[in-house]
Amino acid sequence: MIKAKPVYLKHEVSPRDRIMGFVFLLLGLFVLLVFNRHFSADTVTTFAMTPGGITRGMMSDWLIQTNRTLWICGILLFLIGAYQFVFGFGRRSNLILILVSLIFVFAFTVYVAANKMLNLAGLLASALSMAVPIILGGFCGILCERAGVVNIAIEGMMLMGAMLGSVVGSTTKNIWLGLAAAMLGGGILALVHAWLSIKYKINQIVSGTVINIFSTGMTSYISSMYLQNFPNLNKTPRFPSVAIPGLADIPFIGPIIFDNSLFVYGMFLLLILLQFGLFKTRWGLRLRAVGEHPKAADTLGINVFKTRYMAVILGGLLAGFAGAYFSLGSVGRFDEGMTSGKGFIGLAAMIFGNWIPFRTMLAGILFGFADSLSSSVSILGSSIPGQFINMLPYLVTIVVLAGVVGSSSGPAASGTPYEKE
Amino acid sequence: MTPVLELKEITKQFPGVLANDHIDLKLEKGEILALLGENGAGKSTLMNILYGLYQPDGGTIFINGQQINVHSSIDAIKAGIGMVHQHFMLIPVFTVTDNVMLGEESLILGDILDRKTAAARIMEISKQFNLNVDPNAMVGDLPVGVQQRVEIIKLLYRDANILIFDEPTAVLTPQEADELFKIMRSLTDKGKSIIFITHKLREVLEYSDRIMVIRRGRVIGETTPDKADQEKLAEMMVGRAVNLNQEKNKAKKGEVVLQVQDLVVADSTKKITVHGISFTLHSGEILGIAGVQGNGQTELEEAVTGMREFESGEIQISGKSIRKIKPREFVEAGGAHVPEDRQRDGLILSFPVEDNLMLCTYYKPPFSKNGILDRREIRKNAENLISAFDVRTPSPLTDVGTLSGGNQQKVIVARELSRDNRLIVASQPTRGLDVGSIEYIHGQLLKKRDEGCGILLISSELDEIMELSDRILVMYKGEAIVTVDTEAVSKSEIGLYMAGISQQSVSGSETVAEKSSTGE
Repeated sequence: MIKAKPVYLKHEVSPRDRIMGFVFLLLGLFVLLVFNRHFSADTVTTFAMTPGGITRGMMSDWLIQTNRTLWICGILLFLIGAYQFVFGFGRRSNLILILVSLIFVFAFTVYVAANKMLNLAGLLASALSMAVPIILGGFCGILCERAGVVNIAIEGMMLMGAMLGSVVGSTTKNIWLGLAAAMLGGGILALVHAWLSIKYKINQIVSGTVINIFSTGMTSYISSMYLQNFPNLNKTPRFPSVAIPGLADIPFIGPIIFDNSLFVYGMFLLLILLQFGLFKTRWGLRLRAVGEHPKAADTLGINVFKTRYMAVILGGLLAGFAGAYFSLGSVGRFDEGMTSGKGFIGLAAMIFGNWIPFRTMLAGILFGFADSLSSSVSILGSSIPGQFINMLPYLVTIVVLAGVVGSSSGPAASGTPYEKE
Repeated sequence: MTPVLELKEITKQFPGVLANDHIDLKLEKGEILALLGENGAGKSTLMNILYGLYQPDGGTIFINGQQINVHSSIDAIKAGIGMVHQHFMLIPVFTVTDNVMLGEESLILGDILDRKTAAARIMEISKQFNLNVDPNAMVGDLPVGVQQRVEIIKLLYRDANILIFDEPTAVLTPQEADELFKIMRSLTDKGKSIIFITHKLREVLEYSDRIMVIRRGRVIGETTPDKADQEKLAEMMVGRAVNLNQEKNKAKKGEVVLQVQDLVVADSTKKITVHGISFTLHSGEILGIAGVQGNGQTELEEAVTGMREFESGEIQISGKSIRKIKPREFVEAGGAHVPEDRQRDGLILSFPVEDNLMLCTYYKPPFSKNGILDRREIRKNAENLISAFDVRTPSPLTDVGTLSGGNQQKVIVARELSRDNRLIVASQPTRGLDVGSIEYIHGQLLKKRDEGCGILLISSELDEIMELSDRILVMYKGEAIVTVDTEAVSKSEIGLYMAGISQQSVSGSETVAEKSSTGE
């Protein structure tokens, strides 16, 4: 069979390519003119390669010539931007976008830590840890959308999970019960979402928004009425870090990956399960079929409604698990709005990762990195106002989504309720 | 011998309609039974009941003499019933293997897909029935004809013995349709039994063993191809005599109304779909654009009527060159447009019939005076058109979206053809309509032609093109593969052109070159 190649308009650089190219050019100029303004040739940036307080898997510090590195980064960005503006990278745009982000972020850290020492390993370790809720949120989104249900209520489910996890963990002093409560909380909200959007075919965005608002209000109310007045209700034990024997001793990588809490290991385990499950098992095949073409699945005897309920509720359990990360994994108590939009960023990671678990994890790590960078930069102290630094993770999300959305396409039936005739 | 399938007294009531009224049906082993009827006659309802998608209000189903209950498609599949739906039930982003085994997966270690075994089984079926399908291909990359064969494999993979085909040729070229009927015959030779639903008379006569006609939910009669002819079947279908072959006078060609030169058009994804087409349309003639759906006809239609900007080339309407024409300018230049997607581009479904009947010229007298609508004139116009074009609507104030497809199309035709036009662009004007409405719309188009309009008729129905056109241009992958006089070609030749086989390779065809049309 002859398959004709589609003919596209030649020399067509889309406005989106132009804008991306222009932004790259600006970034390059920024590195050259702003970052590299006042460094002499012998300025040195020092990166520590072992997270603080760790005694295994040590590695010596990394010294970088600030001036020269910034020049190289700036020129590289400038060239990539110029090429993108004039010719466009076409289908490879997303890859280039990632590359540009990496270069820019690297240049930024080199600039910020000039004449100082920045703990790169610590930065990466906290990036991974901060990425966990984002990635888990993304996984929740993947489960739901692959089955054809848009779930923007991940944020609300996470918040509810965080609150319940803290309360149950505090009262029982049992972290496992706390975790179970957190997951249950997410699961129940997911059941509501599934019920509204599958059975009653309510617009899924509306249903998701309602759950988010409910969850924000409910957790704030409980927090200000009870948790703040009875501190014993909000003082939960936390999941400790567990070093994996052997692996934790690998220099640089060991302390970053193999000396973490349950949440990081759980995230990796879920990654493997989800990636394998979606694409290699009957469960995944049917789930994806329901999200792509529910009617086709139905005519082959697959129960569309049941599959969707299952996927959304599983997603809710995942979101609850992600919520527990905040209270049980990180600070040991619940604060109002402590998920700070991570559920939404998780959705961005899902889109950026093209609804594929592995790529979603990479995207999540990028966002997590932006997060941890903003906190370590404010600790280092720089001339940039703290508010701008705190904007960084969200800025990265916007840039990535602006660059990526439009070129990736999700499951065909995502967001459309299935109507049996 | 007991029939493989027997339906007794099947009845299904929908709100307001009795879709199936005590229908009896018998299917013998190894036969092809054609279920013939107009749209809305109840054929699909009956088959959906058999396949478990609808529950009947009454009646029983027997397989090999055994009564069975079909509550869902799983029951139907278990009973050996399979269905190829009109709109394929395939997932474009899955491979053939994944599509075929979905719901009936081969597994190892509990829940892990065994794609290798499934693919081998598909290869085996493909060889046995000569279907020629690659199990590893992505379904979305396959041509429609092959996708349909994937659907057939899906049924055979489940050991279906009774195969139902719902309007199987609606999306195929004539050659692909012939191929399909060969496959159907080879299936019945191997002991399968087939029911195929259609409203195309020719197919029924050529390929079926037995014909059952349904009208308004009732079995009207049964016959065999050797005892029936098209006129008789059409009469059974519609309930009155139907004029199948429109009387056509010789075309009286006049001046050029539409000239298209080297036109290049891209679709919304920037893919070029029309690669430099040229043709000329005179007043008083019908130029038919034939071709399988998706070969650039839609973009050509949109470029000519001002709905889409084109990349290069030239379009002249009545000698006036246009570069960026707006739909309103097209209308004011004497153009009429019967769009392909009538519900999206032709009507505002939530507006009443009378408003839809004046949509193109609402801003001009008599409908509008000083920017204010004159409802009395609008009503008068609507009443005239409704009676002149035989639109069956409860009242001019009924929302057009509640009318049947045929009547919606009549509203568009009434609005477009009632103006004083010089050029009519009609795309798929009778798609999905029943024989009676088709007859009516064809008659109207021919009347306009004889009044001196130039008509560009875009259709993927080859019968329609052959019947109405004076000249035929065949589009394939965005190019005009040939332009010929209708008298000089046979249907099968056009079919070959539609499949992309160029002029030189068609043996024995008269070389009526493209020059004859463009070089005048």
